[in-house]
Amino acid sequence: MILIETDALEKRYGDVLALTDLTVSVEPGIVGLVGANGAGKSTLIKLALGLLEPTAGRISVLGLDPRVDGEGVRARVGYMPEHECLPPDVSAAEFVTHLARVSGLPRATARERASETLRHVGLYEERYRPMGGYSTGMKQRVKLAQALVHDPELVLLDEPTNGLDPEGRRAMLALVQRIGSEFGISVVVCSHLLGEIERICTSLVAIDGGKLLRSASLSSMTRQSDLLMVEVDEGDTPLAARLTQDGLRVRHRDRVLLVDLTGDRTFDLIRDAVADLDLSLHRLERHRHQVADLFRDAPEVSDVAAR
Amino acid sequence: MSQLDNPAGVIHDIGYQSYRGARLGRRYAVRSVYVHSLRTAFGLGRSARAKILPLGILALGCVAALVLVVVSSQVPVQVITYVGIASTFSYGVTAFVAVVGPELVSRDLRNSLLPLYFSRPITRSDYALAKLGALASAVFVVFAAPMLIMFIGVSFSDKHGLGGILSDSGALGQGLLAALIHSIVFAALALPSASLTGRRVFATGMIIAIFLLTAPVSGVLAEVGTGSMANLAGLFDPISLLNGVDNWLFGDGLTQVGGYGPIYGLVTLGLAAAGTALVLWRYRTVKA
Repeated sequence: MILIETDALEKRYGDVLALTDLTVSVEPGIVGLVGANGAGKSTLIKLALGLLEPTAGRISVLGLDPRVDGEGVRARVGYMPEHECLPPDVSAAEFVTHLARVSGLPRATARERASETLRHVGLYEERYRPMGGYSTGMKQRVKLAQALVHDPELVLLDEPTNGLDPEGRRAMLALVQRIGSEFGISVVVCSHLLGEIERICTSLVAIDGGKLLRSASLSSMTRQSDLLMVEVDEGDTPLAARLTQDGLRVRHRDRVLLVDLTGDRTFDLIRDAVADLDLSLHRLERHRHQVADLFRDAPEVSDVAAR
Repeated sequence: MSQLDNPAGVIHDIGYQSYRGARLGRRYAVRSVYVHSLRTAFGLGRSARAKILPLGILALGCVAALVLVVVSSQVPVQVITYVGIASTFSYGVTAFVAVVGPELVSRDLRNSLLPLYFSRPITRSDYALAKLGALASAVFVVFAAPMLIMFIGVSFSDKHGLGGILSDSGALGQGLLAALIHSIVFAALALPSASLTGRRVFATGMIIAIFLLTAPVSGVLAEVGTGSMANLAGLFDPISLLNGVDNWLFGDGLTQVGGYGPIYGLVTLGLAAAGTALVLWRYRTVKA
């Protein structure tokens, strides 16, 4: 089944064109939706939920048209908005229970699943305290829990790492990955940080200025994945020459050499070359081919990848 | 905090359970919003501070009813009718809607809760009507509780036996009907105003203004006017209007309507309809 499919989708706010001629089809999995701020990510998500009406074109979510069967779509989808949306004087348990009921869960079940879901996102006894006293990390977790509480087939996460410190970001991304893999729920996760979400996604959709830049599954993007990063103090040019001579494919990136890893012998060759040239080796590291590199290859997408 | 710092490690052993049970549809979802809002109106499920005003006003009304019971058991004449409670308590209930109306809708706007509601099976109109219904019901409770207390008290102290209680229950029915009309109009006037702003203070101010700043207008008109002018003066403020409807329907309200009762009825109906339409329009266009 196709998760989200759009056809010449357009959304215009007055004179401002938020999305134009967007045609994309997304398979189930963890889908990264990347683009700079204002690229149209949130607009696309709101169109998928039926919170906004497209000005032209078509969108279907889980095979349903949100304009025709908004209720059907929204019953099967969870949504975590980007901005703050938690009343400070209510406890997380109470809040998520209420929203579970609004999603159609029976009274007692709603309470049960609210506690369970809050535990899954990492909130334990704190869930009985008013949310006004929560840290940003805890608030993001509650927002995630309310999107998951009715066990949707698809969750739409709008910038889930917003406002979190590096450790919080890492934990949130690990959680998103678990949702996609262990929980078996498809995820669309928005971010303006490509480098951050590429590690957890199975496919990526990049948009910029309301237009589709590129959409592909991550395996096809990163097929030639094994690279070694070699960093030496000085003399990277002679080293590159020597390695090329040895039959390895070498590319420069800044002061780092990227060497295609063909087997254990590659390590030996690099070691010998460094020793022979009497260089000081700073780093020899296995490096997954980053999607950012792929985006950087295409000149028109360079500024998205850079952000 | 240590759990939060390393959540992946801690939660790993629980195991996610997918949900295969019943999913009750949109109607249940709307009812959930209604019930939750009704509880919110009285501060239930919230902090003690949120309970003080709404429950305080409710308690005040009940105490007043108790006093009335005691007084009427001592004096031979009837002190107040049930419809009279609807009429006289209306000013106090103004304070209730001015506090509770913003509590129901301005808070949701302020905390940007609407996207969470609108991304669920309910529609924007469902939300608006559930909130309107909850406010009307809450106001009805504030009117009806004192009436019931009075009914119970009077029944116990009744000197005419079962017949007296029966005739009294008829009067109670009239009172509850008046309470219903009052609460619908109160909600239809207060909710659209409150739904305009996320700032509770402004919302409360607006509601008080609608109810209390208009009162002197009709008061002055009723004083200086004569004949039909005096009888129509009550149309200019909501509470006099409602009391006029009581006067027309039950012959027992503080506003004298003369022969213009049906006009009061029409204006009341129009106000309720306009208020409902306004709330629906507001939530159709509000950004989510």
